[in-house]
Amino acid sequence: MRPNLVLRRRGWLLLLLLAVAILLPPWLGTYYVRFATQIAIYGMAALSVDLLLGYTGLITFGQAGLFGVGAYAGGMLIVLGVTNAFVAWPLAILITMLFALAIGALSLRTRGFQFIMVTLAFAQMLYYFAQSLRNWGGDDGFSTQRRNDLGFLSLESHATFYYVVLVLLVLVVWLCHRLVRSEFGMVIRGIRDNERRVAAIGFPPYRYKLVIFVIAGGIAGLAGALMANHAKFVNPAVLSWQLSGEILAMVILGSAGSLIGPVIGAAFFLAFRDVLSDYTEHWMLFFGPLLVARVLLLRDGIWGMLLRATGAGEVPKEPKVDFPEVPKPTAEEKPGAGP
Amino acid sequence: MTLALLIEQLFNGVQFGLMLFLMAVGVTLVFGIMRVINLAHGSLFMIGGYFLMAALDWTSSYVLAVPLAFLMSALVAVVLEIIVLRPLYRRGPLEQVLATFGLTLFFNEAVTVIWGRESIPLQVPPLLTGSVEIIPGGAYPIYRLVITGVAIVAGLLLYLLITRTRVGALIRAGSDNREIVAALGINISLLYTLVFALSAMLAALAGIMMGPLLSVEPGAGDPILILTLVVVVIGGIGSVRGAFVGALMVGIFDTLARVLIPLAIQTNATSALVGMAVYVLMAVVLLFSRTGLFAAHRG
Repeated sequence: MRPNLVLRRRGWLLLLLLAVAILLPPWLGTYYVRFATQIAIYGMAALSVDLLLGYTGLITFGQAGLFGVGAYAGGMLIVLGVTNAFVAWPLAILITMLFALAIGALSLRTRGFQFIMVTLAFAQMLYYFAQSLRNWGGDDGFSTQRRNDLGFLSLESHATFYYVVLVLLVLVVWLCHRLVRSEFGMVIRGIRDNERRVAAIGFPPYRYKLVIFVIAGGIAGLAGALMANHAKFVNPAVLSWQLSGEILAMVILGSAGSLIGPVIGAAFFLAFRDVLSDYTEHWMLFFGPLLVARVLLLRDGIWGMLLRATGAGEVPKEPKVDFPEVPKPTAEEKPGAGP
Repeated sequence: MTLALLIEQLFNGVQFGLMLFLMAVGVTLVFGIMRVINLAHGSLFMIGGYFLMAALDWTSSYVLAVPLAFLMSALVAVVLEIIVLRPLYRRGPLEQVLATFGLTLFFNEAVTVIWGRESIPLQVPPLLTGSVEIIPGGAYPIYRLVITGVAIVAGLLLYLLITRTRVGALIRAGSDNREIVAALGINISLLYTLVFALSAMLAALAGIMMGPLLSVEPGAGDPILILTLVVVVIGGIGSVRGAFVGALMVGIFDTLARVLIPLAIQTNATSALVGMAVYVLMAVVLLFSRTGLFAAHRG
């Protein structure tokens, strides 16, 4: 197929998705506006994981730690009286990036299996730290009572807040799109594909990985701050390892290595939870096996399948991850090794 | 702070460390031999406790219930290995992490459906209640001494199994070079099932013995799993010796931190420092050695 036709199809697909995101929730009612807000926020968090997973080949199991730092920072700032979003949100992002810098500097010294464990452990450490914040409700968390405002514009209306979150999400996706196609993005993807070669041509991989880790942390921090605004409530559950796993699951369900996939994965995850919890409180009983089935039976995520079905672009491959301990699959084992 | 209290806490630390060793050795063996990251290992710990509780309900005798719980855990492990783990051996680490995470979600919810969300207290076996005076002025619960003993025996048996038997030789060979082992005509898939069942039984043993000390509840395996992973990172993945040293370090360090930090510092931050102590230890180890203390695999 001609490349510009592919691009045009993908453009239409994206436009369609955006139109659905803008028009559908208000038409369905307030409940769905709040639901869509949640999708946008988790989608942003999933996107931050995908920058690391799909584009840099780093499996992080601790992104909820940074999401939670953003949520706590965002929530605390509101309670402390910093109500202007133009001040509070950048501040929350900055704080999260500082945490990401410290965690990344240490955990990026390791690779593969150890990296997964170490990111998980640091997130858990933040979890215990949040639990012990007695002045901030400890295990029970705290309520923020209100949302930030944009100076002239109050965000207390669910619809207004939704559109602000949606604009931010689109902005983040666009910035990430620019980022992964920049020279920096080429180095990052080069590290994913062959770190040794990238080092050999003079780009220090550690520094580049640390920068993308901090950027991803900032995005997760923004998502966290938005979550504190959305729920008007923050508790240590925003830092739990289950949430880290769920965010990772959203990325994989949606397709890693694409910028839209994680958002679609978040939508699928939340819709799945929403529909099933109408019938049973034990929806995890079904989600766990679904995750196992996705991994064992399917090759593509939802976005990948969508692209394949509509012929609207290259299907993102399973990301090649940084894993020195595991021998590369031999030719006949390699999945999908075709002509 | 008396010397007796310090010694008592040291005993507790060693005992907790040995429990962590029973867990960590499973994670490290499964990774070392099958190259699978098993995040469902905490579930096997939790299931051990639940099975003990269920078996006590049926038999109302610890002598019958403990072996029964042990066997049921091993059975679950074998089924799990055949259905889920086998297809995962050829998959990438990301897929392994997600699938085993999915298993954890499933098991946490499954026990909630079967036994409810409330935590269930288990009694210490009547024969093992009471305490003895190990040092003058310090009474120590017999139950804790017994499980320490059982863990030591289990560790020794494992050591003998790995160093002295044919199966052990295969396990060692498999972790060095599994292609060669397979090429020598060894039934590698049987070996894998065996190793997974062994690791699951050790986790269940820890879960059974910790049942009366912690309480049995959904998600009970999760905090233990994360501490186990810290142990494995500190000790070096794939190394049984590393798992042993790391487990004792984490067990003693964690227990002593819980006692000593509140004595030294009394502020709002005390409980935060206590919870974070182990992770600080891990960070320090990682600063000096990127692959842990006893790195077994050079890639």
